[in-house]
Amino acid sequence: MSDTKLKRVDLIFGEYSNVKYKVLSETMKRPNEEILEDILESGLRGRGGAGFPTAMKWRLTAQSPSEEKYVICNADEGEPGTFKDREILTRVPRKVFSGMAICGKVIGAQRGFIYLRGEYKFMLPELMKELDGYNEHAKSIGLDFPIEIKLGSGAYICGEESALFESMEGMRGEPRNKPPYPTTSGYLGKPTVINNVETFVNVMMIMRLGAVQFKLLGTTDSRGSKVFSVSGDTPIPGIYELELGMPLDRFVDEFGDGDTKAVQVGGASGFCVPRKKFKDTVIGFEGVPTGGSMMLFNSSRSMYHVLHNYLDFFEEESCGQCTPCRVGCQQLRKGIQAVKKGDKQSHYLDQLMKLSESMKLTAKCGLGQSVANSFSSIVYNFKEEMIY
Amino acid sequence: MKNDQTDIKNQINLTIDGIQVSVDEGKTILEAARELNIHIPTLCYHEDLCVAGNCRVCVVEQEKVRSLPASCATPVSEGMVIHTNSMKVRLARKHIVELLLSEHHADCTKCYKNGNCELQGLASQMLTGDHMFLDLVPDQKYTIDMFNTAIIKDDSRCIRCQRCVRTCEELQGVSALGVAYRGNRMKISTFFEHPLFEVVCTNCGQCVNRCPTGALIEKNYIDQVWDAIYDPNKHVVVQTAPAVRIALGEALGMPPGKIVTGKMVSALKRLGFNAVLDTDFTADLTIIEEGHELLSRLKGALVDKDPKVVLPMATSCSPGWIKFIEHTFPELLGNLSTCKSPQQMFGALVKTYYCQKRKLDAKNVVSVSVMPCTAKKFEANRPEMRSSGYKDVDYVLTTRELGIMIKQAGLDFESLPEEHFDSLMGSSTGAAVIFGSTGGVMEAAIRTVYEVVTGREIPFEGLNITPVRGTEGEVREASLKIEKVKPEWKFLEGVELKCVVANGLAHAKKVMQDVKDGKASYHFIEIMACPGGCLGGGGQPIPTNLEIRTKRKQAIYEEDMGMALRKSHENPEVQLIYKDFLGQPLGHKSHELLHTHYTPRKRY
Repeated sequence: MSDTKLKRVDLIFGEYSNVKYKVLSETMKRPNEEILEDILESGLRGRGGAGFPTAMKWRLTAQSPSEEKYVICNADEGEPGTFKDREILTRVPRKVFSGMAICGKVIGAQRGFIYLRGEYKFMLPELMKELDGYNEHAKSIGLDFPIEIKLGSGAYICGEESALFESMEGMRGEPRNKPPYPTTSGYLGKPTVINNVETFVNVMMIMRLGAVQFKLLGTTDSRGSKVFSVSGDTPIPGIYELELGMPLDRFVDEFGDGDTKAVQVGGASGFCVPRKKFKDTVIGFEGVPTGGSMMLFNSSRSMYHVLHNYLDFFEEESCGQCTPCRVGCQQLRKGIQAVKKGDKQSHYLDQLMKLSESMKLTAKCGLGQSVANSFSSIVYNFKEEMIY
Repeated sequence: MKNDQTDIKNQINLTIDGIQVSVDEGKTILEAARELNIHIPTLCYHEDLCVAGNCRVCVVEQEKVRSLPASCATPVSEGMVIHTNSMKVRLARKHIVELLLSEHHADCTKCYKNGNCELQGLASQMLTGDHMFLDLVPDQKYTIDMFNTAIIKDDSRCIRCQRCVRTCEELQGVSALGVAYRGNRMKISTFFEHPLFEVVCTNCGQCVNRCPTGALIEKNYIDQVWDAIYDPNKHVVVQTAPAVRIALGEALGMPPGKIVTGKMVSALKRLGFNAVLDTDFTADLTIIEEGHELLSRLKGALVDKDPKVVLPMATSCSPGWIKFIEHTFPELLGNLSTCKSPQQMFGALVKTYYCQKRKLDAKNVVSVSVMPCTAKKFEANRPEMRSSGYKDVDYVLTTRELGIMIKQAGLDFESLPEEHFDSLMGSSTGAAVIFGSTGGVMEAAIRTVYEVVTGREIPFEGLNITPVRGTEGEVREASLKIEKVKPEWKFLEGVELKCVVANGLAHAKKVMQDVKDGKASYHFIEIMACPGGCLGGGGQPIPTNLEIRTKRKQAIYEEDMGMALRKSHENPEVQLIYKDFLGQPLGHKSHELLHTHYTPRKRY
């Protein structure tokens, strides 16, 4: 590995083995505790963005006493600038199904669901075909773990796990109060493991390569590789699987157009890193975490418009049930507008920063809590652009 | 003690504001704080409803936790250290109240709920007023639904706490109100945003009773009533429902559970009503009519084997319940007693019997009722409720509206003397008083029916038929064996009369579903639309909760016990009206004035 080039990895999209569902069949013979130990040893953390340790999630669910448990694959990929789950489900769906089936075995679940983003309806025919193949194969090897696809209806909030359960149950997609957590009360109030598409594939990789091999990639806090969706002002937008824990400046060297002024890491709910901080920023759970979205902005972009755009998005996509998120998002958007127009003085931005902090502390779910991430990082780093 | 192990819940130790406390496992931080008399402000929280945790006003700081959890929705855990008044908490709460105010049409002085608004209370507590944020109201398109005769829904004042939605779904099983859209457009709405009068809303007013702001209010008829009072050509008659006298005090600053019958009469006289009469009178009349209807249905079913006779018979006093069954079980309308509610019987008699006796022209008589209920407003406006040739009841006021009128008139309610109802339609019995509580109609009916059939008093100590006294949150079944009957009721010898009492429409739904499915073998069903019966009605003073309703209930039974007459058929004025006017129960005049029919309605 040279100093300037990023380490490209090809785990996730690597070719299937010649024997159909080989890893799955082999893993099925292993004891649950051994599988859990492997995942724990690998240091795998959820790939949806929050980074909850996967082994812990599975173990807690396995320990929850219930006859009925579920495995859900969260494919409601709605974060602006993220499009990697689509690619994974198109190219290597069998790995996803296998990861889910392994999870089902470990926690003792009888059924799995893939909650597919409504806008990905076009993928259904192909995916269904693959799924039929899986279900048939499962039957043939005596594995009683059917997987079904549930289609979302286009709300961003349904990617939040508890809102996703509500949506699957036929309710309004609104987040629930936590606790209880999905490990004890998820879909239909039963213990449920809900993981990102990529996480399930990573489990498969750990099963195939072993924890030690997996651990070779990444850093102590961020093991393994990650699929990134690179977009914005870059000559080479697309999907890249890269090692976790890289410094942002090296990423920009590779993907930037030479004039990158900021990178939005983690989509609209992530953080904006300005040029002067590229060097000290690590992409990973110890630095700035991401669900995969990397948006590059060059100096022709107005960060005011970027932020305004995000806030518009949140204002519309908030479920509207809790006060900080429903009203807070409106106040933030109208607030920066008022400052820009001169209706409010520039120190009103400080007021709004405090408000965003309150939203982070008090909102009911991750959506409302994470609005402050992009808001405060953009306003703090690009204050002049907000005012003038 | 055999259940020692299971009865005692695990105790959880936690610290709130430096005070150590130990509470049952499963309790919330809010409940634990209340045990310590630490007041955490709330908005969307309501004792009667499930926890929503969506206003976020009740947030507290928990050590070692990054965010501020909502105390109403977070269960206590061992070793938790909570601060309810830290700097972080205070700023966050202020922000939240400011945010709510920024989307709330806060023209408080013009609002019907001015002075009785929880948001206003919080605003004054937080010392808001420096307009921290932008006013969002002008940019929003709000709808105000004022086409309904009972309830006004003003979205500009709505803070989306969803108390009404939860009330409608959980307590009432109606779900007329729900959440529509999302984000900045999220609102509380009805089926396809139709106005309330076009949807399944029963007008029960439970949502009005729980709305923390002025977004859901009753349509008030205060000005119309004042106009009638001041009109020298009008003779204004007022009737008061059984449940008003035990709750009116609350609207005027008295503690819950005070019986204020005499003061209420005195206040009404001072307001200028020409005659202050009592709905209790027609409650007793209802018992006579409904009791005989039940007996005739039983005879039809048991002796004549008439296939057209429908049993079980259900009570028809609660107009919210009537509209509910019209929508939800239109095929079961035959089960409803044809008796009008006491209010409507009263209205019809005021403009016929009363006018005849008092030598008044019915066109100059204005009939006003004071009810614990908003559905009564709708009922009075039903087209079939004009059997006197005029609108039987012209205006319906809620307990709250009467409270306002008394304040407007400057009366010092607590120091008013006790006065008596006027005669002719003003006498009552204990049986009528208990109409105000769940199970009351059943008990009153049994007191009379049993005596009609056997010639003996019901064999319960002090006439208290406690097995049928309903309890909130449950469907109560009871049965009564009828023995040693009078010769003319021979067919009832040995019959076990099966009754069921339900309050809250969610419970009514279960009972009627059983009836529909043929799973129930009842003879007589009492349903009250509101939790606890009329005493918890949608027109009663705000706030309401289980504790307050329990006190009102105690007051009602206390009032019953204190009455000289306890059985409807002993009411002298009821006896008089049959002698002078109606002839006999279920007679021709009764059918004309006191009975009605129902309209099947669609669910959508």
